[in-house]
Amino acid sequence: MPSIPIRPGLLDLDRTPARLLGGRCTECRRHHFPAQADCPYCASTSCETVPLSERGILYLATVVHNAPPGYCGQVPYGLGVVELPEGLRIISPLTEVRLERLQAGASVRLRVAPLFVDEQGREVLGYAFAPEVEE
Amino acid sequence: MSRAVAIAGVGIHPFGRFDGKGVVDLGVEAVRMALENSRVDRRRVQAAYCGTVYSGVAAGHRVLTALAATGIPIMNIEAGCASGGAALQLGVEAIRSGQYDCVLVFGMEKMPRGIIRSSFWEPWAEQMGLSPAPAYFALRAQRLMRESGVTREQLAQVSVKNHRNGVDNPYAMFRKPFTLEQVLASPVVCDPLTLYMLCSPNEGAAAVLLRPAAGVPREVIVAAAILRSHLPGNVLGEHTPLCGLTDDDVTSPTELAARAAYEAAGLGPEDLDVVELQDTESGRELQSYEELLLCRRGECGKWIANGHTERGGELPVNVSGGLLSKGEPLGASALGQIVELYWQLRGEAGSRQVPQARVALAHTVGRGANASVVLLRQT
Repeated sequence: MPSIPIRPGLLDLDRTPARLLGGRCTECRRHHFPAQADCPYCASTSCETVPLSERGILYLATVVHNAPPGYCGQVPYGLGVVELPEGLRIISPLTEVRLERLQAGASVRLRVAPLFVDEQGREVLGYAFAPEVEE
Repeated sequence: MSRAVAIAGVGIHPFGRFDGKGVVDLGVEAVRMALENSRVDRRRVQAAYCGTVYSGVAAGHRVLTALAATGIPIMNIEAGCASGGAALQLGVEAIRSGQYDCVLVFGMEKMPRGIIRSSFWEPWAEQMGLSPAPAYFALRAQRLMRESGVTREQLAQVSVKNHRNGVDNPYAMFRKPFTLEQVLASPVVCDPLTLYMLCSPNEGAAAVLLRPAAGVPREVIVAAAILRSHLPGNVLGEHTPLCGLTDDDVTSPTELAARAAYEAAGLGPEDLDVVELQDTESGRELQSYEELLLCRRGECGKWIANGHTERGGELPVNVSGGLLSKGEPLGASALGQIVELYWQLRGEAGSRQVPQARVALAHTVGRGANASVVLLRQT
């Protein structure tokens, strides 16, 4: 089945495993996500698109129990803030829903996976972070 | 030319759910009350600014058509939760600059029921589950717990205080007190927030008539009406971005607006007697204590715990019951605060009256980001 990213330019699917694509300003050198042409921090017009780290640290997390309008996944699901080594914090769904496993400081890793199948029969790929649990 | 701006009169339609009424009915009632209260002939109104988010095309025009106050510029203003504050800012500047001598500012809303879909989000972000507002509130509350040492009990205490205050407000939707235990035991919406710590979207309207100050005793002067958006970098800012910086010590829109308002009015937080501020949920009220510079950073939890912001405390906050008691009709909520504070400064707030209130602050903040800070002063 063919697959597409949930939003063009969001995911680098040429890499294994897939990565998130962010923007990096060539002037102030700060990162942002999703990538955009103009730097949100310094208003420079020279940003480049770069793959972001697949590993991060959980900063904050909560659990959503009621599906918000338009949501295509399952409830409950985690939603949190993940810190990436680039100096970036991103809002991301989390695969884990047990709050005790969503402690601040936990190591998390990007998971790119099909979220739903669209009208043209394509798998639509979304992203979430998952705790790296030592079993 | 720069003139002092005074409030000539106010009007309000209660906040709640009103099945038999359309949004125009709510607006008409509030505007009619403001016209009667100020004894201003509606034919003297030179311009009207209407704050609303969900009311659709030409909403303000429909209200003024019903009141036969037409032939003037009528502008509909959307700035999320701060829509009424944005409308007020425009009205105040129009009087201050000498453009007009009599301006109507009103706000109204009939919020959809259930979980509200916001056109702010692109479809892909909704599909991914990135849109639920309560989850963002919860993450901000958790951050307060982590960085300001706020406890779950202190979050609950905000709800207890505001609901207790709301019992005395005939314009509030919920007029029932809760105990700390009841708030903590209500269903978890998104950890750490429970149901009774969140306000309900609802319906209502409020209106304010502005004119140049006349120099008469006990006038209520709009000393500042300021609107600010965000600076980038804070992942939990009200602009609801998908990213921020690890080093995100960025001045919030509320603090930007507050500092500008204090400076414009020549007033400081130490001058305030009564405050109405954005309590979309309990954490937002505590965060606002710090962002409005009412207390030092890291002390907001202590402030609620020590009773500083109770009705009889050092600086009463949300004596109206706040949005937690009144509910939140987006376009009307900011002007609802102005109505309450006008009564407080006039000594007309009945059983909610804060003794000798002379200086008041009103604050709303929401998606955009939009933050509005208004300072009122009695002469």
